[in-house]
Amino acid sequence: MTHTAIAEQIDESHHPSSFITRYIWSQDHKVIAVQYAITAIFVGLVALVLSGLMRLQLGFPDSFDFIDPASYLQFVTMHGMIMVIYLLTALLLGGFGNYLIPLMIGARDMVFPYLNMLSFWMYLLSVLVLMSSFFISGGPTGAGWTLYPPQAILAGTPGYNGGIILMLVSLAIFIVAFTMGGLNYVTTILQARTHGMTLMRMPLSIWGIFVATILGLLAFPALLVSAIMMLLDKLAGTSFFMPAIVSLGESLDYNGGSPVLFQHLFWFFGHPEVYIVALPAFGMVSDVLSVHARKNIFGYRMMVWAIVAIGGLSFIVWAHHMYVSGMNPVFGFFFATTTLIIAIPTAIKVYNWVLTLWRGNIRLTTPMLFAIGFIFTFTHGGLTGLFLGNVVIDLPLSDTYFVVAHFHMVMGVSPIMVLFAAIYHWFPLVSGKMLHTGLGKTHFWITFLGTYAIYLPMHYLGFLGVPRRYYSMAGTDFIPESAQTLNAGITVSAIIVGVAQLLFIINVIISLRSDKKAAHNPWEASSLEWQTPQIPPVHGNWGAKLPVVHRWAYDYCVPGAVDDFTPQNVPVDAAHLSEGEAEGDRS
Amino acid sequence: MSFFATLSEKPWLATDTAQPQPAMNAISLLNNQKRIALKFFLAVVTVIFSLFIITFLERSQFPDFQALAGQPWQPLSDPWRLWLNTGVLVAASVAMQLALYYARTGRKRAVLAATGVALTLTVQFIVAQLWVWSLLNDLGYYLASNPANSYFYLFTAVHGAHLIGGLLVLAWVFIRVSRKSLSDTQQSWARVSGNLSLCANYWHYLLGIWLVLFALLTSSAETYQLLAALCGF
Ligand code: HEM
Ligand SMILES: [Cu+2]
Repeated sequence: MTHTAIAEQIDESHHPSSFITRYIWSQDHKVIAVQYAITAIFVGLVALVLSGLMRLQLGFPDSFDFIDPASYLQFVTMHGMIMVIYLLTALLLGGFGNYLIPLMIGARDMVFPYLNMLSFWMYLLSVLVLMSSFFISGGPTGAGWTLYPPQAILAGTPGYNGGIILMLVSLAIFIVAFTMGGLNYVTTILQARTHGMTLMRMPLSIWGIFVATILGLLAFPALLVSAIMMLLDKLAGTSFFMPAIVSLGESLDYNGGSPVLFQHLFWFFGHPEVYIVALPAFGMVSDVLSVHARKNIFGYRMMVWAIVAIGGLSFIVWAHHMYVSGMNPVFGFFFATTTLIIAIPTAIKVYNWVLTLWRGNIRLTTPMLFAIGFIFTFTHGGLTGLFLGNVVIDLPLSDTYFVVAHFHMVMGVSPIMVLFAAIYHWFPLVSGKMLHTGLGKTHFWITFLGTYAIYLPMHYLGFLGVPRRYYSMAGTDFIPESAQTLNAGITVSAIIVGVAQLLFIINVIISLRSDKKAAHNPWEASSLEWQTPQIPPVHGNWGAKLPVVHRWAYDYCVPGAVDDFTPQNVPVDAAHLSEGEAEGDRS
Repeated sequence: MSFFATLSEKPWLATDTAQPQPAMNAISLLNNQKRIALKFFLAVVTVIFSLFIITFLERSQFPDFQALAGQPWQPLSDPWRLWLNTGVLVAASVAMQLALYYARTGRKRAVLAATGVALTLTVQFIVAQLWVWSLLNDLGYYLASNPANSYFYLFTAVHGAHLIGGLLVLAWVFIRVSRKSLSDTQQSWARVSGNLSLCANYWHYLLGIWLVLFALLTSSAETYQLLAALCGF
């Protein structure tokens, strides 16, 4: 694993000539990344609209005819699944993974460009299959994003025929796409690093993406296995997960299967999935914080160790999602303990982010605002996670809005914060244009404050016992009137936050259309991706010669250095030359 | 261990990296990369089969599970058909290894012959598995009538699907070899043998998985009970 990098990749990729090979059937990692990102953001917007519809129903019950209990469940399910898998996983790994890996490690492309292209098209296919379930009779599945059998495939659940089948098939296709991409990412990171780019000199973004990809390769099979077995239960009448059951007064042919077995499989995937999303976000936010605080990341090695440790631990905590399904108390104790242990490396990361800011020369740019916002939302969501990790606290709170608030803070909003930080940060690299700062900061403040307006009150709803996945709580005695007022307020905030995302889209459009070019390295970052001869980088990234790396990616404000940042490919002596010479060198 | 040595490097110390040596031979580099990708892929495959097997062991402890072997009247108690199929798959693996050997010595005809044999035998294996399916079906062991049956069909199908994926790749290699001219350089044979060695490894690995599945599917209820107890079910 450690043997040093190999410089030249074979440049046998024919340079693309026509529009089609350049932008459609492209094998260039940068184009594929953008294709991934656009698709993911598009489905993400669909999921956002669905959440708006749910909020309308919750805030103003019975005012909207087109939302009935069945469609509410379908919205919940599709919203959750799209957000977790088709937006976050795809955008973080397919989008940013693809874009950043070759550029940050000094490679010309992924090692298997053709496979990479195939990965995107399979992903697009999985999205189309998923979306098509909106248009079939019965509509998409309403089983909840956890898809628990037996209800997922039985009458009474919306979309129990076509919807669930399309969902499972789409997931299977997604997993194939992810595996193709994932094999590429790990192999590229292990094999295509340029001279001098040792593993421990890689930016933390790459470490996060690397470990997350390995997690994905090992965790997605569990989802695949459960999807195959559930499809057989649905289509062929087998009883892998289906117990003997009476449905609508009729006894079905199923016999003896174990629904809890599905839950184990699902969460053996589901919990690592949280970190598949979180680890790339951790990595990218570390890099953004370091660049904009003009300081090296605090405790780089500890950050790497924490990423690796979290990755390993994430495979032995899954049953904390199943406390209410019932289990041997010894297991409950085991999983509660491992869950709390995982908080240690996570807390180390949070401290290190804060210590990176400490006495930094902070530039409050838009990406920096989002990155700092992430520290807040993540800490907040992480702390409620500590509550829920304990069996006795989880039992009463399970399946209430407290849980909804918890996971939205920790794995909904926090990765979104990082994604925005990353987009604002790397947009000049991808497009050669800067995003507008005023619009960006407005976007940040509305999103950040709005997030708290949405999710803080939800914690209280959870304490009151308001259950999740409920269409309406009308006529329920134990829930006071005031809860409804709170719900209306949440909905108003959610609509505002939702609409505020238009600011971002407008910002992107305006910047792309303007003629103003971004500076070559506008944030004065020292990592390799900003050191390409052209910005945006062209096919092959590095021109005639690959860069040679002499240092890590965090040389900011080094005492005695020429500039307040020293790019990774600047030799040791050159970094200490007198002012004039160095300037001449680098222009 | 070198992994820990890596993790304890001190990255904040800048060093002058020597100018690049002439790059490693491009083809062996590519072969290296493919080998690493294959390793990760086999890890994925291993996880898939392990998870299936674990669910099998748990499910086998439910009262409605009727093992397919163990008692004389059960269909897999004397699985000579499956032994036959296993023999075919072993032969395919041997042919793969031969093809690899010939490729390393650059003998085009022999490579084609051996690869062709491997392709044929593998297809044969899949057809023969389907034949076992139809026999079981005729005997009334339907897919959904018992979880043991379900798992039999499931395991063989998933294993077969992996073989079919391998067949596609191997067919592609076969075509590439058939297009080579006899006077081709050492270099271009290095590429072929790289690809063939990946295929051969994949075949051996799937053979290994088949042997595990074979052993599992033809075990008796008592064995399942023991294995399940070891897993804590
Ligand atoms: C403005 C942004 C968002 C709003 C207003 C919102 C709102 C909601 C609402 C109302 C529910 C259903 C609660 C229930 O009835 O149980 C929900 C569920 C969910 N949301 Fe979001 N959400 C947002 C963003 C996100 C993001 C970014 C993620 C990414 C992880 C996410 C993941 C989920 C999941 C996994 C569920 C659970 C689905 C289920 O119960 O099956 N949400 N969200
Ligand atoms: Cu979890």
